[in-house]
Amino acid sequence: MPLFQKIFFAVLLVLTSVPEAQAAVFNPTTFTLKNGMQVVIVENHRVPVVTHMVWYRVGSADEGPGETGIAHFLEHLMFKGTKKRKPGEFSQIVARNGGQENAFTSTDYTAYFQTIATDRLEMVMEMEADRMTNLVITDKEVEPERLVILEERRSRVDNNPGAILGEHINGALFLNHPYRNPVIGWEHDIKALDIKRIMAFYKRWYAPNNAILVVAGAITAEQVRPLAKKYYGRIPAQPPVVRNRAKEPPQKAARRVVLRDKRVRQPSWRRSFLAPTLQWGDKTHVYPLEVLSNILGGGASSRLYRRLVVENKTAVSSGAYYRGDDRGPGRFVFYASPRGNVTMDALEVAVVAEITDIIKNGITAEEVIRAKERMVAEAVYARDSLSGGARALGAALASGLSIDDVESWPDNIAAVTPKQINEAAKALFDNNRSVTGLLLPARES
Amino acid sequence: MFVTRFLRPILTGVLLIAAGPALAINVERVKTPGGLQAWLVQDNSNPIVTMRFAFRGGAALDPKGKVGLANLVASTMDEGAGSLDSQSFQKTLEDKAIRMRFDAGLDNFGGQLQTLVRNQDKAFDLLRLALNAPRFDTEPVERIRSQILVGLKQDEESPHSIAGKAMREALYGGHPYGRPADGIPDSVKAITADDLHAFVSQRLTRDTLVIGVVGDITPAKLAELLDATFGTLPAQGTDWRLPKIRANTDGRTIVINKDVPQSAILFADQGLLRDDPDFYAAYVMNHVLGGGGFTSRLYGEVREKRGLAYSISSGLNPRRASATTVGAAGTANARVHETLNVVKAEWHRMAENGVTNDELKDAKTYLTGAYPLQFTGSMRIARMLVGIQLAELGIDYVKSRNAFINAVSRDDIARVAKKLLDANRLVTVVVGRPEGLPATR
Repeated sequence: MPLFQKIFFAVLLVLTSVPEAQAAVFNPTTFTLKNGMQVVIVENHRVPVVTHMVWYRVGSADEGPGETGIAHFLEHLMFKGTKKRKPGEFSQIVARNGGQENAFTSTDYTAYFQTIATDRLEMVMEMEADRMTNLVITDKEVEPERLVILEERRSRVDNNPGAILGEHINGALFLNHPYRNPVIGWEHDIKALDIKRIMAFYKRWYAPNNAILVVAGAITAEQVRPLAKKYYGRIPAQPPVVRNRAKEPPQKAARRVVLRDKRVRQPSWRRSFLAPTLQWGDKTHVYPLEVLSNILGGGASSRLYRRLVVENKTAVSSGAYYRGDDRGPGRFVFYASPRGNVTMDALEVAVVAEITDIIKNGITAEEVIRAKERMVAEAVYARDSLSGGARALGAALASGLSIDDVESWPDNIAAVTPKQINEAAKALFDNNRSVTGLLLPARES
Repeated sequence: MFVTRFLRPILTGVLLIAAGPALAINVERVKTPGGLQAWLVQDNSNPIVTMRFAFRGGAALDPKGKVGLANLVASTMDEGAGSLDSQSFQKTLEDKAIRMRFDAGLDNFGGQLQTLVRNQDKAFDLLRLALNAPRFDTEPVERIRSQILVGLKQDEESPHSIAGKAMREALYGGHPYGRPADGIPDSVKAITADDLHAFVSQRLTRDTLVIGVVGDITPAKLAELLDATFGTLPAQGTDWRLPKIRANTDGRTIVINKDVPQSAILFADQGLLRDDPDFYAAYVMNHVLGGGGFTSRLYGEVREKRGLAYSISSGLNPRRASATTVGAAGTANARVHETLNVVKAEWHRMAENGVTNDELKDAKTYLTGAYPLQFTGSMRIARMLVGIQLAELGIDYVKSRNAFINAVSRDDIARVAKKLLDANRLVTVVVGRPEGLPATR
């Protein structure tokens, strides 16, 4: 499984793992500063530590033509200097104070975080607020960083045939929506981005009214409020920016993408269907599809694993997953890898038979009850980690969802009926809105 | 879809757990009527119980010709036990949201269990079955075996896996540490159900067991569950000790030709065993050299200044019978030579001059200040409880650890660096098409 997916799963797990229906999920407190910056606090008092995160409502899908990778490039450059601090000083100060930090960019958001002793929160807040508007970058920082990012691209994509195929599947699955471009950007764009464009992007998107502050850990909202006001509250709001993305047209043809690569030792198959999300398409199908993906691909006793891997012995691995929390179009993906001498054709027939079975015969009430119980029970684990709630809430808010979307998740899952799932499946599994991707070894020459 | 700024540095097996006055983590020793012992951190903030345990002796003890045995056991123990076949067992785990898994490291055989309090009796009972009465039915064993073989096949193509294999063999030759924990195809194919059963009865025994538990459970209830779960295991097993061996760091550069745009680079030199009095000095030294995230020397010289690599780091790898200091990077083929020169220069600089006062001060405030960050999840804490016990550091270690770090002096580091780091001895493996790099093999 590509790294992207693995990491995505971790996030999905947080978003979809919440406590019993009727119970609250992360119980966050929230308020908004006068300049429009939303603040969210999730208390967790196990150790005297906080995770401090700033999320920007901008990701790779908000990039303009010819500037793919700019959101991620900027994320790297945010660790360089500001008017107040030399390049690298931010990281030095965090480390010197026993803190850990990082940042990440996705299609829908960019986030920066530090985990540090609670009594150092004010210090990192001051520095994070500083770099929201005071970034200073010169060629001296940009050029080595460009090389670093090109290395990052090589290690994530070019050295990995599965990731190369993934880029091509995305390009085929999204005809026009910017999700077709990789988060890290195309190599020629990374090479061409200049300071002027990067700074313009920074000035346009990095502002308090386009950001969310999330603090999780051993702290209360009463303690966070004055600090948030002091450091973030003094930054003036900017003119609001609209996330105006190219729209996806109706899809009318099945697509097939095949990568043959001599580095591939084990072939694999997957089919991705364009799917609704809470902000795109028919959102009433979202929760039913989440339950469906758990029934199909939730684990070793799920349908696909049981039938293809355990019973038929067609596949060495098989499953399904669903991304229903993106801002734009989502995807519902089936995947499998053949066992022994099973051909790719036979494998495809076997997976397609499962998809057809769902459309024709639906799923059983018992399967739905089991899946819902599992999903709701798993929820308790989500609160165990310090950053789990912060990540789930930050990602939801920065993508355009609300705290309530996260907090009411258990109720929404508990309310799903078999009928809704069967309707959602019928509407979804249309090959004309799908891409089938095959990763194959090179032909013998 | 995420692209994160930095990959975690490799810190395989490095065990440094810290605690200071501010940390309200209280470790208590639980002794069961049946004679077992566990360390417990009670925490009632969530209705969860998390347990990590380990048996001393791991994949390095796999018999020749059956390499991968411990790994196959770990991968199939939860595939049916007692009267439950594989699917019934897995279905019960999933329906009750019980997380159970086993893992085979080179030095230890580990396991973990996480459950909601309301399902804890069921969870521990399933674990009891898996430990005492695993079935190893043909279907699941063949299924998992096929998955392991696919994994091994894929490793043959991954530049990092290829580099790792070459490095293991260069450092340890025919010693068990020279073999991969998950085996090689021929040996994995040779393992029988009898081998799996024999492993369980000979190796999963009470004399080598350590246990760490975190969560909403009382010592009395835990003792009851532990006796029921582990109490019927054999009292004694086969010897798990390995003769000590010094890694063969002879300055070789091994180049493995592979048509990839980015070369995978590994480098290795001497390290210190966990019980060496100088271990903490080595730990602080490595932090400055390549262990310290965005602030290490290697990060600054290789990535920040020159943009040679996205990930570059070093780490200590103290195994039970041998220790190394290892590092890794990924660099475009055209710049491998330059990257290695920078790494060697930093190796040499550290060996010659040690660290500066400022570096030492910053390393100490980071390493001691970051200690509570390691206590932010139940499984992380449980793993530490087990790690401290395996390394025999004592139940007070959580409180005393920072004092060990703070006691390290510049002289200590200079002495240790001179002993461990020698750029002429550094073994380097490059997998790719590095330009202008002569192999010395």
